[in-house]
Amino acid sequence: MSATLAAQPVPVRSTAHSARNIAIAGNPNSGKSTIFNALTGLRQKVGNYPGVTVERKVGRFYGSHGEPMTLLDLPGSYSLQVRALDEAVSRDVLLGREPGTPQPDLVIVVADASNLERNLYLVAQILDLNLPTVVALNMVDMAERAGIRIDVPALEAELGVPVIPVVATQGTGLVALKQAISRPLLPENAKRPPMPELIEREVRALAKQLPVSAAVAFPEALLLLTLHDQALDDLAEHNPDTVRATLSAQERLRVAGLDPLCALVEARYAWINEVCQRTVHKPDAGPGLSLSDRMDQFLTHRLWGWVVFLGAMTLMFLSIFTLAQIPMGWIDSGMHALAAWLGELLPASQLRDLIVDGAIPGVGGVLMFLPQIMILYFFLGLLEDSGYMARAAFLMDRVMSTVGLHGKSFIPLLSSFACAIPGIMAARTVENRNDRIATILIAPLMSCSARIPVYTLMIAVLLPTTSALAKAGMMLALYLLGIGAAFVMAWIFKKTVLKSEASMLLLELPPYRKPSLRSVALCMKERAGLFVTRAGTVILALSILLWALATYPKPTDPNATRAEAISQSFAGQMGRTLEPAIRPLGYDWKIGIGLISSFAAREVFVGTMAIVYNVEGDMKEGTATLRDTMRAERRADGTPVFTPLVCVGLMVFYVLAMQCISTLAVVRRETNSWRWPLVMVTLLTVLAWTGAFVVFQGGRLLGFQ
Amino acid sequence: MSRSAPGLPENNLPLVALAARQIARITGFDLPPERRARLLEMGLTTGAQVQLIRFAPLGDPVEIEVRGYRLSLRKKEAAGIRVALP
Repeated sequence: MSATLAAQPVPVRSTAHSARNIAIAGNPNSGKSTIFNALTGLRQKVGNYPGVTVERKVGRFYGSHGEPMTLLDLPGSYSLQVRALDEAVSRDVLLGREPGTPQPDLVIVVADASNLERNLYLVAQILDLNLPTVVALNMVDMAERAGIRIDVPALEAELGVPVIPVVATQGTGLVALKQAISRPLLPENAKRPPMPELIEREVRALAKQLPVSAAVAFPEALLLLTLHDQALDDLAEHNPDTVRATLSAQERLRVAGLDPLCALVEARYAWINEVCQRTVHKPDAGPGLSLSDRMDQFLTHRLWGWVVFLGAMTLMFLSIFTLAQIPMGWIDSGMHALAAWLGELLPASQLRDLIVDGAIPGVGGVLMFLPQIMILYFFLGLLEDSGYMARAAFLMDRVMSTVGLHGKSFIPLLSSFACAIPGIMAARTVENRNDRIATILIAPLMSCSARIPVYTLMIAVLLPTTSALAKAGMMLALYLLGIGAAFVMAWIFKKTVLKSEASMLLLELPPYRKPSLRSVALCMKERAGLFVTRAGTVILALSILLWALATYPKPTDPNATRAEAISQSFAGQMGRTLEPAIRPLGYDWKIGIGLISSFAAREVFVGTMAIVYNVEGDMKEGTATLRDTMRAERRADGTPVFTPLVCVGLMVFYVLAMQCISTLAVVRRETNSWRWPLVMVTLLTVLAWTGAFVVFQGGRLLGFQ
Repeated sequence: MSRSAPGLPENNLPLVALAARQIARITGFDLPPERRARLLEMGLTTGAQVQLIRFAPLGDPVEIEVRGYRLSLRKKEAAGIRVALP
């Protein structure tokens, strides 16, 4: 066993004038984000690392002498061992390999004091990196309440780096943390967890052969040597000599009976055991259960667990669909008022039409979704922060595993009922790549809120006189159809193109805690901003494009009605071109225009139908009038267009079809290729067409109309 | 505390054979190295004390306590963790 690494030249990392680069690392649930938020406040920027979809969050703050600092939030992870994209990013940043991100001058490692042993594992890995390090010992209040006493000076002596007790949620200890960061630190002070001698020797030999600077050669060699088979394609980015040297070193260790990674982990935990024995005093486990434990007995109970779970989900969706109506109404009338005002103010011109009929409804269409998205993230933030989210995954894992997915896929799918875009963005928490892609591919099958106006209209056309209960039942059936289709598709994906060894579930169940409204509010703000910038721009551009398609070329007759104008526009021509493809479904070209316009956002279907059938009036009366007009619509041969089979078929089509270009744009961004959005749109279009075809033609064969 | 499944040696049980709230010590693994390494990194090292807390309402996954925190695993992996009763 060896102790510290021989003194290596300390690289000069920053000057007194430029901002110091600090990185913050920590386990999931260690309160890393809370510390990040507490230090940087609102001075944060969320972006992506170049070429990958891992989120890059940077904030600014000032040290205890007023010196500027840049704080980079590394993805929360239990280990630096590379298994997923975000772990690779963490490692690359810490080793100074990430393009566009300088190697940090200092690393803050957040460790949860109430769960120190496992948290020290990441600390041990970071100490091996030979970077100036400060440990933020978070949640010392919770540890104290649990009767855990940590001897901080002794822990500092054991680790050789400053250890600062912090209660991030209350801001306690942040001043001391800033002071520790501002103090000059010498990396040689840091203790290095011992490792088996055989491994240490191989690491040193390998380090000498690496074409990197001396400062990072040792940690680089250590991480290379412990790469596992599954992550070995990660080696491809190294030169052939390095690969050969790594593989032969691994082979020598295996012959000696050592799995490099397993042996190293065991050695680190042996060291952690010793450190904790000397610094942590734990109470003897009493017979009593903690509060969190008693809550779990109820919340994961065979019966009550499901009652609470379903209740929470119902509450969340009721809020999304009812509470959001109020601000959505304001936005809607505000946008109408703005359009009317500008319509009178500006002289009649094509530009005025573009602004009033294209841009303003486009912006409105984006903003209309914001209340729902913010409510969704309010609940998701609350569930995450309180610790309940992990229990939801715990309850649902068995259900999800029937189609080869994980409990963690549940939340992205749930979010997709509000809008597929936040759902697809939430799929980042699914570690396994194939599971994540499968989750993304089925997310649009969850009926999003944009489909509700379409469902409502079509149910009204189909069943104008039945009770509200029957209508609600019909609505529920449509939701269930989407869920069923999603599960079948996931099962098929996991059996074919996205086959992977059943991924491992490692789900931490953190103790329940009172959610911090500040964190939840920050999360809402951040997500709403991301939605507006990432999806909003696409929706806006498309709304304007679709407006242009429905407006040009202009009719030659200036007295033409809106219906006549749209029928000879590009959109009308496209509807006619599309007609042969949708005639087997019982649709005419007018429905075709509606389908095309849905690509901006599905609820645009309703507005387009109103234009196509020349129905004027505001939304409320408009829907009733539109319903009656649609019911009265006849084909050339005098038969009704909207027969029950056409209505049902159209609803099935809307449940299954991928008609949202914004979603496709987000899928492109999240999977970093055009492949998956193309697969998605092709498969779901075929599925929707087939579904509507089966309903229409099958229904006719059975004698229905 | 209740003893588990009869016929199994008490010093070499799969973790899932424990009863709820039963405490044992990890003795080894029947898992491929990659999965073993992931469990090790989460603190499930040989010699570590584990307690089976509960099974999820649908029977899978299982919740355990190790090194003072709660972790949930599928039964498939938990069955590959060998434990001995104290």
